[in-house]
Amino acid sequence: MVIFSVYVVNKAGGLIYQYDNYVPRTEVEKTFSYPLDLVLKHHDEKVIVSFGQRDGIKVGHAVLSINGADVLGKNTADGKDILEYLKDPGNYPVSIRFGRARLSSNEKLMLASMFHSLFAIGSQLSPEVGSSGIEMLETDVFKLHCFQTLTGIKFIVLADPRQSGIDALLKKIYEIYSDFALKNPFYSLEMPIRCELFDQNLKSSLEVAEKAGNFGAGS
Amino acid sequence: MTVHNLYIFDRNGSCLFYSEWNRKKQAGISKDEEFKLMYGMLFSIRSFVSKMSPQDMKDGFLSFQTSKYRLHYYETASGLKFVMNTDLSVSNARDTLQHIYSNLYVDLVVKNPLVPSCQPLDSELFGTRLDSFIRSLPYYSPRAA
Repeated sequence: MVIFSVYVVNKAGGLIYQYDNYVPRTEVEKTFSYPLDLVLKHHDEKVIVSFGQRDGIKVGHAVLSINGADVLGKNTADGKDILEYLKDPGNYPVSIRFGRARLSSNEKLMLASMFHSLFAIGSQLSPEVGSSGIEMLETDVFKLHCFQTLTGIKFIVLADPRQSGIDALLKKIYEIYSDFALKNPFYSLEMPIRCELFDQNLKSSLEVAEKAGNFGAGS
Repeated sequence: MTVHNLYIFDRNGSCLFYSEWNRKKQAGISKDEEFKLMYGMLFSIRSFVSKMSPQDMKDGFLSFQTSKYRLHYYETASGLKFVMNTDLSVSNARDTLQHIYSNLYVDLVVKNPLVPSCQPLDSELFGTRLDSFIRSLPYYSPRAA
């Protein structure tokens, strides 16, 4: 029962704080011989699997390292283009590590703004009067909880689907935000939060929520 | 305990079927625009979820809830999307949507040689069978709470 990450979005939709508490890294390293039976392609400055699945390597996984050396975007550690490198039979056998690509901070910014808009559309398409935006989004692997304050700040928590007590945790994070970010005289509103006390208190409240599975009055 | 409405989208984004039972608030835009907005929102949610997910997913996006309603989502392997809005008391409508697909849609629409694909559904039989199925659901009541 785990909390994956916390995002704080300001009222314009910009990400002002992000913390990854636990990111499960599923990586698979295998040795391949020519020809490679997975089809790779360039996508967003990364090389990802576009077709082919074997031994835990799925479509969408990115190339993380070749022969032990971490790749740099589309190139190997030596600066050669990865797809060209893998087309040359002279470079085989080669050991490649595949895994889910880590989100860059740019991507996190874009995803936070995307959610900000989806939150508003959820309220617009409501079949009932007076609906709020998306408060909880469920998938088979995680549950996303969102709490919007009266001032338009959204606190978003990604957690395990079975984790309880997230509603109380969201209110607690709001409390921590008002105590350690808003009351900090050097913090400007709607700007990225860079307050050490906010980080520390957030981490400890996440630990409490995970351990208890039930924070305060319950979910 | 009630079902508000149901949408069926095909893989290209066109709305094949829409029906409402207990809807209290219209979206304030024309039906066509509402279908496009709904499809666009679901497309974005699926892309958002696949990027945000900490691990590889099997079923993907299942449902979301707001303070007043819950949207349930079911996608078939052929790209057909079933979307149902209910009130908050319904926690899992995936089996219902799966039943609508396999027992109603496949039997009455896919197997019907006269129904053209990728166009809004005209089948009266599908409409009446679906309506009686929804009304027979344990969580459907005609006068919403």
